[in-house]
Amino acid sequence: MATDTSRRVVVTGLGATTPLGGDVAATWSAALAGTSGVSALEQDWVAEYDMPVRFAAQLAVPTDAVLSRGQRQRLDPSGQMALIAAKEAWADAGSPEADGERVGVVIASGIGGVWTLLNSYDTLREKGPRRVFPLTVPMLMPNGPAAAVSLELGARAGVHTPVSACASGAESVAYGIDMIRSGRADVVVAGGTEACIHPLPIAGFAAMQALSTRNDSPTTASRPYDTARDGFVIGEGSAVLVLESEEHARARGARIYAEAVSAGLTSDAHHIAAPDPAGTGAGRAMTAALNAAGLAPSDICHVNAHATSTPAGDIAEAAAIRAALGEAADSVAVTATKSMTGHLLGAAGALESVFTVLALHDRQIPPTTNLDDQDPQVPLDVVRKEPRVLPEGDLAALNNSFGFGGHNVALLFRTA
Amino acid sequence: MALSEQEILSGLAELISTEMEIPAESISAEQTLTDDLKIDSLSMITIVYNAEEKFGVRIPDDEANKLVTVQDAVDYIKNNQA
Repeated sequence: MATDTSRRVVVTGLGATTPLGGDVAATWSAALAGTSGVSALEQDWVAEYDMPVRFAAQLAVPTDAVLSRGQRQRLDPSGQMALIAAKEAWADAGSPEADGERVGVVIASGIGGVWTLLNSYDTLREKGPRRVFPLTVPMLMPNGPAAAVSLELGARAGVHTPVSACASGAESVAYGIDMIRSGRADVVVAGGTEACIHPLPIAGFAAMQALSTRNDSPTTASRPYDTARDGFVIGEGSAVLVLESEEHARARGARIYAEAVSAGLTSDAHHIAAPDPAGTGAGRAMTAALNAAGLAPSDICHVNAHATSTPAGDIAEAAAIRAALGEAADSVAVTATKSMTGHLLGAAGALESVFTVLALHDRQIPPTTNLDDQDPQVPLDVVRKEPRVLPEGDLAALNNSFGFGGHNVALLFRTA
Repeated sequence: MALSEQEILSGLAELISTEMEIPAESISAEQTLTDDLKIDSLSMITIVYNAEEKFGVRIPDDEANKLVTVQDAVDYIKNNQA
């Protein structure tokens, strides 16, 4: 089917389970209040392995408080979180009575079912192959959460799982916009999920010196743009958006949060993990999103930055924002919500899309916390301490996500 | 210590209840696993796996395939308990 670029895509439902709250309402109010979702890890393995990092941004409401034992038995924690977020988003959208063949699902993960994989390996070594749980494979496969959501919703237009490390959640939203715009679906449930607060991924990220080691003060460890930042804080959770063709949404009288206008996707081909210091690829992603939307840099009022609190990454993104927006960068309010949520890896882009959509809808931008001394190499207007109120009128905002492997995704949202 | 038939039945009903998301009270010994309880092959494998863990028995695939009713499973577990 030919692409119809006039087919506008809107956001009609939001769902999340995050370190800030068990749903969108709790997460959003905690973000506006500048609350930290980071806490000390009390699990036995922290002491057992003498972990170099002993804190993380753990789910505010554990999945066993929400799902039945049967549901949890069949799903990796990443799948459990995706199911919770997707069900909330679907209900929030008014449970659209759409033909299942016109409903798509795109749920990403950066790491996949790591708990299932590693626990099953322990079982194999300790008890042998007969004791490996029969659902191990569907639980560990990265598309497991997306498949579980499609089963729950009866979605048959296609089920997809972009995997691009910490850009995965944003790539889901980009894919969802494409599915609707190309006519393959009327409604797409798009988001990301991640559950890897497990000693192995933490050890791996710590070994590459990507994580903050501020063990004596977990709540101030995630400090994007601050001169004392020393790495990111690993987080877990899921966030999901219901995307819908405007035509479909209007026909059923749905509440519209914002328009999901466009996406820019580029790659660096620079280094497997380090950002391009000039932020060239990231800047091209933002420019591509602007061009696809037919907007100018001066039309952008707000950027929800990727800003993970790593020394190199935050500076590279600041350079990218400057490169893409030019002088207009001076009048853009930037925020780094990972200061509160930690870094949800493959769910980060989805959660920050939820924040960007709500910032436009509620006309207030959540603050960046722990920013005591702004790095002079980040010459941006960063929202701090209090939420920033946005003016009335037609507004547009960008949400950036970048991933190991050189993946860059910029999503552009607009007030509806 | 060997479990009684009633203990095995209630334990097994709990496993079936968890997997199939139906109330444990609705499960009775004479029900058939596939026709009455709608247990598909993958759910059956999961229930067998969990029964092996719970009751400390080994239920080989060819034995599991012979089980028709809940009572058949209870009998098998009762006769093969460690």
